[in-house]
Amino acid sequence: MATSIREMSKKPEILTGGHRLCAGCGASIAVRQVLMGAPDGVHLVVANPTGCLEVSTTIYPYTSWNCSYIHCAFENAASTMSGVEAAFKSLQRQGKIKEDFRFVVFGGDGGTYDIGFQALSGALERGHRMVYVCYNNEAYMNTGIQRSGATVLGTWTTTSPYGENSFGKTQNRKDMTAIAAAHNIPYVAQASISHWRDLVRKAEKAFAVDGPSFINVLSPCHRGWRYPMEQTVEVAKLAVQTCIWPLYEVEDGKWHITVKVRDKKPVEEYLKTQGRFAHLLKEKKYAEALPLIQEYVDQEWEKLRFLSGEQE
Amino acid sequence: MSKNTLDITDIKNWDWRKHPRGAVIQEPGTAKQFKTGGWRSARPLWDKGKCTQCLLCFMFCPDSAIKTKDEKIASFDYDFCKGCGICAYECPRDAITMVDEAEARRRDEIKEGGA
Amino acid sequence: MVMSKNKLQKTVAVVGTDAVAEAMRQINPDVVAAYPITPQTAIVETFAQMVADGQVHTHYVPVESEHSAMSAAIGAAAAGARVMTATASQGLALMWELLYIASGLRLPIIMPNVNRALSAPINIHCDHGDSMGARDSGWIQLFSENAQEAYDNTLQAVRIAEHKDVLLPVMVLLDGFIISHAVDRMELLDDATAKQFVGTYKPDVSLLDAARPVTYGAFDGLYGYYFEFKRQQEEAMRRALEVIREVGREFGAISGRPYGLFESVGLEDAEFVIVALGSAAGTIRSEVECLRDNGMPIGMIKLRVFRPFPAAELVAALAGKKAVAVFDRSDTFAGNMGGPVFIELRSALYETAEKPIMVNYIYGLGGRDLSVDLVNKACNELAWIAQSGQVKQRVNYLGLKE
Repeated sequence: MATSIREMSKKPEILTGGHRLCAGCGASIAVRQVLMGAPDGVHLVVANPTGCLEVSTTIYPYTSWNCSYIHCAFENAASTMSGVEAAFKSLQRQGKIKEDFRFVVFGGDGGTYDIGFQALSGALERGHRMVYVCYNNEAYMNTGIQRSGATVLGTWTTTSPYGENSFGKTQNRKDMTAIAAAHNIPYVAQASISHWRDLVRKAEKAFAVDGPSFINVLSPCHRGWRYPMEQTVEVAKLAVQTCIWPLYEVEDGKWHITVKVRDKKPVEEYLKTQGRFAHLLKEKKYAEALPLIQEYVDQEWEKLRFLSGEQE
Repeated sequence: MSKNTLDITDIKNWDWRKHPRGAVIQEPGTAKQFKTGGWRSARPLWDKGKCTQCLLCFMFCPDSAIKTKDEKIASFDYDFCKGCGICAYECPRDAITMVDEAEARRRDEIKEGGA
Repeated sequence: MVMSKNKLQKTVAVVGTDAVAEAMRQINPDVVAAYPITPQTAIVETFAQMVADGQVHTHYVPVESEHSAMSAAIGAAAAGARVMTATASQGLALMWELLYIASGLRLPIIMPNVNRALSAPINIHCDHGDSMGARDSGWIQLFSENAQEAYDNTLQAVRIAEHKDVLLPVMVLLDGFIISHAVDRMELLDDATAKQFVGTYKPDVSLLDAARPVTYGAFDGLYGYYFEFKRQQEEAMRRALEVIREVGREFGAISGRPYGLFESVGLEDAEFVIVALGSAAGTIRSEVECLRDNGMPIGMIKLRVFRPFPAAELVAALAGKKAVAVFDRSDTFAGNMGGPVFIELRSALYETAEKPIMVNYIYGLGGRDLSVDLVNKACNELAWIAQSGQVKQRVNYLGLKE
C-alpha cells in the first residue's frame, strides 16, 4: 500500500482542475484523497448523485473527470452504480471486457443519509463491489444550506433556523456509518479530510475488498458552516480532536478506532470556529443546546470505545 | 489519458445536430480547458527555500493546482488555483504566503515590461 | 406442442407473462434489473429461474424498488450492456423521473410494462393509465393485442431501440391479466432464428470503454444546450417510425407475422371506423367483422405504435371517413377532453379538409370488462352518428354504472 505522500504524488490526477466547486471546498479534497487510494492499473467509473460535486465537475461540455463518470439522479447513485457493476460482471464473464475496473460513488450527505438512503441500503445488501463515499458536509449545500439527516443538533441552516421557538436543528444526526456497518459489508469507515493518511489507507482497504464498502468522510463546507475558507482542513481536524467526528473503521464486523484521541477537547472548541453554531454561544436562550451536543458527543464516543474494545 | 481533441471553441453556435447524442461528453478531463484562476483574489506565493517538501499543500489542494514532479512540489498552477489559501494555512513552515492578486498581477506586468 | 406451418416455429399455449419471459430468454440480455409487481411478477419470477438454471448469461439484479430497477438499467446501459427490465402500474410511476433520464441519455433499454390501473383507489386490474401517463417521457411505446404480439413486440423492441437512427428506450405494453395471465395459443420462433434476429449490441460509447472514458449525465444548466438535446430526441422519435416499419417487415419475413404501425379491418369500404389499442382490439374486431357481414359499413384500426404517434399514416387511412370512434382505456382528467388516444388522433386530423366526426369511448378502467354487447352498442351509436351527422355526447363512458 502506497500510504507515503511521496508515492501518492506520482499518481495520475483523476479529478482535474477547472471544476467549478467553491474555492476552499472540502468535497474535492475528499475526492482526491480517496482516489489516491485506488489501486494502480485499474480503470475507474465514478458516479455522483445530484449535488455540489456533480454540478461543479460536469458542466457540459466540460468534465473534470479523467475516468468514466455517470450522474443519473439524486436518490439513486448506488442503484445506478449497481447497474454499472452488474454490466461489468456480465460483460467480463462473457469475455467482452478484459480490463479491470473499480466503481466509486461520491455522494453528499443528502444523497446518502436522506434521499438516497434506500438505494444505498439495497446496493449494500446485494453486495455490489463498489466503494461508496459520502462526502459529508452535514447539510444540503447545493441548494443553499438546508438541514439533512447528517446535520448536528443546534446547527443553523435555512430550514432549521433559530428563533423564538427553536435553537436551530432540534434533532441529533443519524449515525449513517453505523447503519452502513449494520449491513455487515466487508468494510466501513469514518474518515476526515484533515487526516489524509488515515483516509487514503481506508480508501485502499475499501478498494481492496471484494464487495461493497462505505466511507463517511467529513468534508467541511465554508459557505454553509460559516468559517474562513482557508480553514477547511483545520475545522475538520478540530472535529476529530473533539470527538464529534471520531475516526474508525469496521472491518469484517470488527470495530477499531484508527485515530486515538487522548485528550478529548470540549466540543465548544469546534463549535466556536463556525458561524452555523454562533447563536448557541452568543445568545443565552439558545445555550441550552450546548450541553445536549456535548452529551451526544460523549455518549457516542463511549459507545464507539465500547464497540472497539477500548472500554469495559 | 488521452489528449484533448474536442474543439469546443464555437460550441455556443453549434446547430442542434452537432452535439453528441445524449449530452455524453466523449472525452475525459475537458475541464482543463476551463481556467478557474480568474476567480482568485489572493495568490499563494511559494518560497522554495523555506519549503521542506512535506507535500501537505499538494494533499489538501481542492483544485489539483499544486503540481509535483519527482516526489516534490514543482509549481503552483495559477490557471486553476482559486486562491482559497488552504495551502498557506496548512503549511507547517510558512513557506506559502497569500498576497493580493491584483497587486501580484501588477508586479507581474512590471516584471514582464522590464524584461 | 405441435410444429406450426413454419417449421422453425413451434405452437405453444402459454400465458402472456411466459411469452414475454421466453422472448427475454431468447434476447439473453447482459443485465436485467427488476422488481416484482402484480401483474408483472410472473415475468421476473420465470426469468429469475432461467438465470438460476443457466439458460441465459444475464446478470440479474434483484433491486429493492422499481426506482432502483430503472436506475440500475440506466447504469448498465450506459456501461454498454443490453438491458431489460419489466414493470406495471405503480412500479412504472415510481420509475417516473428515470424514464426521462433513460431517453434523455439515449439508452436503448427494453421494458415490458403489464398495463394496470394506477392508485387510488388501489386496483390491480388492467387499464392504460400507467403507460399513457408516460407518453411524453421519450419512450417508444408498442401495444400488444395478445401474448403472441407481446412476444413479437419484445423481440422487435430490441432492434428498434438499438437502431443507430433511434437509440431510444422501448416500452412493450400488454394488458394486465387479460394478456398477462390468460392462456393463449401462440407461435415461438426457434432460438437460433430469434437470436439471429435480435443480433448483438455494439454500443459506440460506454462507461467501460477503457480506451475512451466518457461522462454520462453531464450538467447542462449553465450554458444551456438542453433545448438542442431535446430536439435531437424528437428527431430520433421521428426516425423511429420508419425503423419500426422496417423491423416489422423483417420480422414478418422470418415469422410470417409482419408488423406495421397499425392494423386495419375494412378500411377500403368503411364509412365509419373504430380506433382502439391493446387486448380490446380482439373483442372489437370480432364485433366489427360480424356487423360487416350484416352489411354495416364499419371498419377498425388497431393502433400498435402509440409513440411515436403515426399521425400522417392515420390521417391517410381515415381520409374520407364520416365518423371515427376512439376507444381509450384511460382518461386524461382534462375536463371532458377525452382519453389520450382520442385527443391525439383528433389533433392529427385537424389539418384535414374533410374532418370525420369524432367521438370517444372511455372503457375498461380498473379492469372493467368490455363485453361484445358494449362494443355493439358503440358501433350502432357510431352508425347513427355517421348517418345523422350529429353527436349527442363527445366523450362517453362505456360500461360505467350509471
